[in-house]
Amino acid sequence: MRITVTVNGQQRQADHVWAGESLLYLLRERLGLPGAKNACEQGECGSCTVYLDGEPVCACLVAAGQVQGRSVTTVEGLAAQRVQQAFLEAGAVQCGFCTPGLIIAVHDLLARTPRPGDAEVREALAGNLCRCTGYEKILDAVRLAASR
Amino acid sequence: MSTVDFLAPRTWEEALAAKAERRDALPIAGGTDVMVELNFDRRRPAALLDLTRIGELAEWGSDGSVLRIGAGVSYRRLIEELGGRLPGLAMAARTVGSAQIRNRGTVGGNLGSASPAGDAHPPLLAAAATVQVASVRGTRRVPVAEFFTGPKRSVLAPDELIEAILVPPAAGPQQFAKVGTRNAMVIAVCSFAISLDRERQAVGTGIGSAAPTPVRALAAEQLLAAARWDRPLPEPTVEKFGELVAAAASPIDDVRATAAYRRRALAVLARRTLRWAWEELR
Ligand SMILES: Cc1cc2nc3c(=O)[nH]c(=O)nc-3n(C[C@H](O)[C@H](O)[C@H](O)COP(=O)(O)OP(=O)(O)OC[C@H]3O[C@@H](n4cnc5c(N)ncnc54)[C@H](O)[C@@H]3O)c2cc1C
Ligand code: FES
Ligand code: FES
Repeated sequence: MRITVTVNGQQRQADHVWAGESLLYLLRERLGLPGAKNACEQGECGSCTVYLDGEPVCACLVAAGQVQGRSVTTVEGLAAQRVQQAFLEAGAVQCGFCTPGLIIAVHDLLARTPRPGDAEVREALAGNLCRCTGYEKILDAVRLAASR
Repeated sequence: MSTVDFLAPRTWEEALAAKAERRDALPIAGGTDVMVELNFDRRRPAALLDLTRIGELAEWGSDGSVLRIGAGVSYRRLIEELGGRLPGLAMAARTVGSAQIRNRGTVGGNLGSASPAGDAHPPLLAAAATVQVASVRGTRRVPVAEFFTGPKRSVLAPDELIEAILVPPAAGPQQFAKVGTRNAMVIAVCSFAISLDRERQAVGTGIGSAAPTPVRALAAEQLLAAARWDRPLPEPTVEKFGELVAAAASPIDDVRATAAYRRRALAVLARRTLRWAWEELR
């Protein structure tokens, strides 16, 4: 099938899409946007987190056909750099594989709750796994971003 | 790769017509169960029936005595918009997966999957909810206690879709608790929901993940209904309540826990949630 979708503000089109493939596959393999990562394909790790019509979702759990005519924002499309900068400064990026998903999740958290408490941060990021940092630096990064 | 037809009806009537014509079409709402199966090649449906474009399915409303929650309302909206009126269901919804999962996942999908571990099921049982299912043949209402027929099986016919869940707003304290290895992102080892109706002195319960289907603990409900509601519960009644809840389950050993652990943990959850709820009564 043909999919037309707005990605990072631009109308994009992909042909011969298999209707059962995921939004993650569509983004990475057909639209050349490798920001969202693929680690588990079962919603457990959050490394594929993107905005779909303004809500963070696991791109691996959205069927490509479901995004027809909708709007997607990936880490490549985030205009503000506040969260990214805080992650770099706080040492919250090691291998970086979890980072794009976390950036989206934190971006959304701070948009809704500008000054989140630690419990709120932990709840908001519970669906984003990181194998490297032990999470403390990630919490530091969120606090830093929130303070700016 | 085999092709998959993608059906994207815009209205409920179109959806019912599509399901009647294509019984082999797999409905997809939030996709949080369906896509895992597709990604891992556990399922190759001939067609997907996307329900996310049907506006009315994502709406909820009230006719005074009952809340009607469209099958496509996400957990996130349930928590944000209905948490006050359905505290038990909202508590359970808060424990589902992660923020990303709650943004997409729906109660209709939870019922559709009919997993014994589905977190919406115990509070829906405790609240005596009804599932409204529909097909081109008509609409019927199934008490949630009769909806499940076995692990991942329900009364849904091949041409039927879940339209809405009908739940009376809370008439007293409601509680939910779940055992798992983490506070987030876990399938319940076991779970328990309780609902107290202050006026009628009626009790509802729901047990999750400890029997082939979600079940009520009827004897435990009767015990409480017969108690004095205007004073603290005697400790032996609380103990007995826990025992009766554990006895109502028929758990199995599996990768997540043993049957014996599940029974024991259920008694603890039952006592704990009962104490919380009773405290709120006063
Ligand atoms: C990482 C992760 C964590 C999870 N954690 C939990 C958890 O803590 N607790 C829990 O209970 N679940 C959990 N789940 C499972 C899942 O999120 C829930 O079962 C959710 O409610 C499914 O809703 P959905 O809209 O995504 O369903 P979908 O995946 O779209 O559909 C699920 C099933 O229901 C059918 N269906 C959907 N809508 C309808 C309808 N209107 N009529 C008829 N059939 C329909 C589909 O055909 C399919 O068989 C988790 C899943 C993931 C991936
Ligand atoms: S790849 Fe989507 S959650 Fe892990
Ligand atoms: S930095 Fe490596 S997984 Fe998080």
